[in-house]
Amino acid sequence: MRKKDLSLLILILVVGTVVALINPRFVMVGNLSNTANQVGLFGIFSIAEAFVIITGGIELSVGSVIALLGVLFIDLIVNRDVNWIAAAAIVVAGGLAIGVVHGLLVTKARIQPFVVTLCGLLIYRGAARYYTEDATAGFGFGASFPTLEWLAAGRTNVLGFPLPHSVVALIIVTVVAWVVLHRSVFGRYLYAVGKNEEAARYSGIRANRVVISAYIICGGLTAFSAILIAMYTRSISPAVHGSFYELYAIAAAVLGGCSLRGGEGSIIGVVLGTVLLQVLQNLVNLLGIPSSLNFAVMGTVILIGVLADQYLAQRSRRPMTGRGRPQTSVDAVPREQAKAE
Amino acid sequence: MSALLPVQPPMPEPFLELVDISQIFPGVAALDHVSLSVSHGEVIALIGENGAGKSTLMRVLGGVVEPSSGVIRVDGVERRSLTVADAIKAGIAFVHQELNLFDNLDVAGNVYIGREPLHGGPLKLIDRKRLHAQVQPLLDRLEVDFKPDAPLAELSLAQRQLVEIIKALSLDARLVIMDEPTSSLTLTETDRLMQVIAGLRADGVSVIFITHRLNEVMQCAERAVVLRDGRMVGALTRAELAPAAMIRLMIGRDLKSLYVPPAAPPGDSVLEIVDAVTDTYPGRAVSLSVRRGEILGLAGLVGSGRTELARAIFGIDPLRSGAIKLNGEPIRIAEPRAAIQRGIYLVPEDRKRSGLLLDVSITENISLPDLESYQRFWLVNTAREAENAQRQCERLRIRTPGVANFAGSLSGGNQQKIVLAKWLSMRPKVLIFDEPTRGVDVGAKQEIYDILRRLADAGVAILMISSDMEEVIGISDRIAVMREGAISGFLDRSQFSEHNVLQLAVGHTV
Repeated sequence: MRKKDLSLLILILVVGTVVALINPRFVMVGNLSNTANQVGLFGIFSIAEAFVIITGGIELSVGSVIALLGVLFIDLIVNRDVNWIAAAAIVVAGGLAIGVVHGLLVTKARIQPFVVTLCGLLIYRGAARYYTEDATAGFGFGASFPTLEWLAAGRTNVLGFPLPHSVVALIIVTVVAWVVLHRSVFGRYLYAVGKNEEAARYSGIRANRVVISAYIICGGLTAFSAILIAMYTRSISPAVHGSFYELYAIAAAVLGGCSLRGGEGSIIGVVLGTVLLQVLQNLVNLLGIPSSLNFAVMGTVILIGVLADQYLAQRSRRPMTGRGRPQTSVDAVPREQAKAE
Repeated sequence: MSALLPVQPPMPEPFLELVDISQIFPGVAALDHVSLSVSHGEVIALIGENGAGKSTLMRVLGGVVEPSSGVIRVDGVERRSLTVADAIKAGIAFVHQELNLFDNLDVAGNVYIGREPLHGGPLKLIDRKRLHAQVQPLLDRLEVDFKPDAPLAELSLAQRQLVEIIKALSLDARLVIMDEPTSSLTLTETDRLMQVIAGLRADGVSVIFITHRLNEVMQCAERAVVLRDGRMVGALTRAELAPAAMIRLMIGRDLKSLYVPPAAPPGDSVLEIVDAVTDTYPGRAVSLSVRRGEILGLAGLVGSGRTELARAIFGIDPLRSGAIKLNGEPIRIAEPRAAIQRGIYLVPEDRKRSGLLLDVSITENISLPDLESYQRFWLVNTAREAENAQRQCERLRIRTPGVANFAGSLSGGNQQKIVLAKWLSMRPKVLIFDEPTRGVDVGAKQEIYDILRRLADAGVAILMISSDMEEVIGISDRIAVMREGAISGFLDRSQFSEHNVLQLAVGHTV
């Protein structure tokens, strides 16, 4: 575990302890299980977001994609009698396709990721509302998919703790994503492109392909989480379902050490970031803070966290530059000369 | 301008004098007791090789750097140094090599940036009418073909240069300094600029221009001042201006002999470039071949198209036309990956931007281009990766506390060796070096030269772009010289001399 991740974990434990001391309901099994479920659902699309952010891009359409694919999934299995496995496959394929389109627009058409995905945010939200004619999509009376419901939204008792299956899904996604990002060749390329695309290209990396892949992975994972969220909420009003989720995802990634400039961040950090966000949300409920202040509390904590992190990073860097400086000045002299002509 | 001027006899006194200016950078004298005086309406050409100190001297004049010693006299007032504000007040204006203009403003906005005429009132809005009216006479004076409200983004490079000159005139410049103003201009644009310089002179404005093109010196300078290794080695009057005389003054350094002959005579041609045309110089084709075991030096002035050629061979930019052959077989290189797969590697000019990931470990930098060969079931075998990095560090004598350190924490020479280590971990057939020792300290320089020779002896074909005369002459087995996008000649070792290289580079046949 990186040092940054460790300090985030400590922060979570401190906040958790304080909340538990003020309101012991925080550590009751029911509350923990519900919070864990939220972490599971939000963690998956936050990891999705992290893939894009590491390339130096951003994905703003996460919430809208969750709404669009959510209504699509429910419509397929409830109204069109599509087998749920096939429906899930269609929805994931849809997510992947959205990723391909975003990736191509960013790399080939050279449109800024912010603009591409902002347009996506608007388009998919509109499409979702149009698809259901702004009606709420849900399971009709008596509609029942026992296997799917158990898989996606059920809980299994583990040592007396009802472990939500969304958490199991998150654990699997986390392990795979961790291996891909931190151990695989592709992960190396992803960080290299995020850090310095030109140097990556000079090393023979096909930067465009790497970036497109990141958007595809993001789209696929978002689609997966869309299914879980749809099965959890069981009814979707397309105008509000999943709105602001992209901001939860970006916040979790930033808390987890991702830089919006790209090339930074760890999977463990993103998961811990998600945990912190959900604990904060829970804290607002449990401490009797007006729920209208929910976002304000989150924003404040993130801001303080990022400020503290920057402060600590600067403090720890200072002695190192002192050591590094004589070396760089040796380098700087001939460079000056080179420039002098 | 001083009101007294008209009553004085026609300018016996220079208005600006640099006396005994020295500029010491740690370990090296960039300027060594240089003196220069400028009179009204005088056009002075400043010439010399790369690294002679021309730009440094002009930066002293522009107030950008403070000289270590010497005196600057402006209108008889003595000072130790100038600030940028002093220089502007004294009427010294700089037209920079990299133009300092704003793409998102129009011509008038650029000329009067920070000095815009304002409407009265609390909002201090810009009076656009007055702004444009103020610029128009200056445009008329230079007879330019654009209007005050032309967006800068739509102007050509030559027109932008004129905007810089207009900006200088708007500041009542008495001296306009131009640093290689013609290096990226076409022939007609250059002619136009020469006319503008003549016009400035007629108006009593002095011009100092730095150039490598001796015919331009002949065309418009009244005096040429030659710098070499930071010293002023001569001044030529109008009557003495001749290419031979200028070249004679520019060269004549003692070049240390660095040459180590190859172990065996060069073999067959490995890399062959046939009629390659790049986008920078359409209509100019380059043909050359690099043989097995040979170091081919590619000399030429900055901007002669050498880097563009290297980028095209390596697949960074597409070739407009022409062919690349490897061991006699034509190959197509659409991206760097294709070049790398064929064993053609590039050590780029700007290693911080294109060569390295500075805040990534040495190990990961070295393995990056060859990462796929370290993989086992999609995963990177980090142990083998670190082992190889360790081995390369020992082999190339990269001085670092450990291979887990960031590449950016090392000195320039060691960074360059890491870029080399990337390629040497693989099997190079052709290695292209773009300025192999730029920003590298003397000790590491020699080590890099040794590595080059060892690689050549091991059968690698090496193409070495270098603007350092000592390096080109001291390391190469053969030299190709480029000028304005084309090869102007090849030199064998027996013909190697600074004189011959320079003549080819500036446009005279040997």
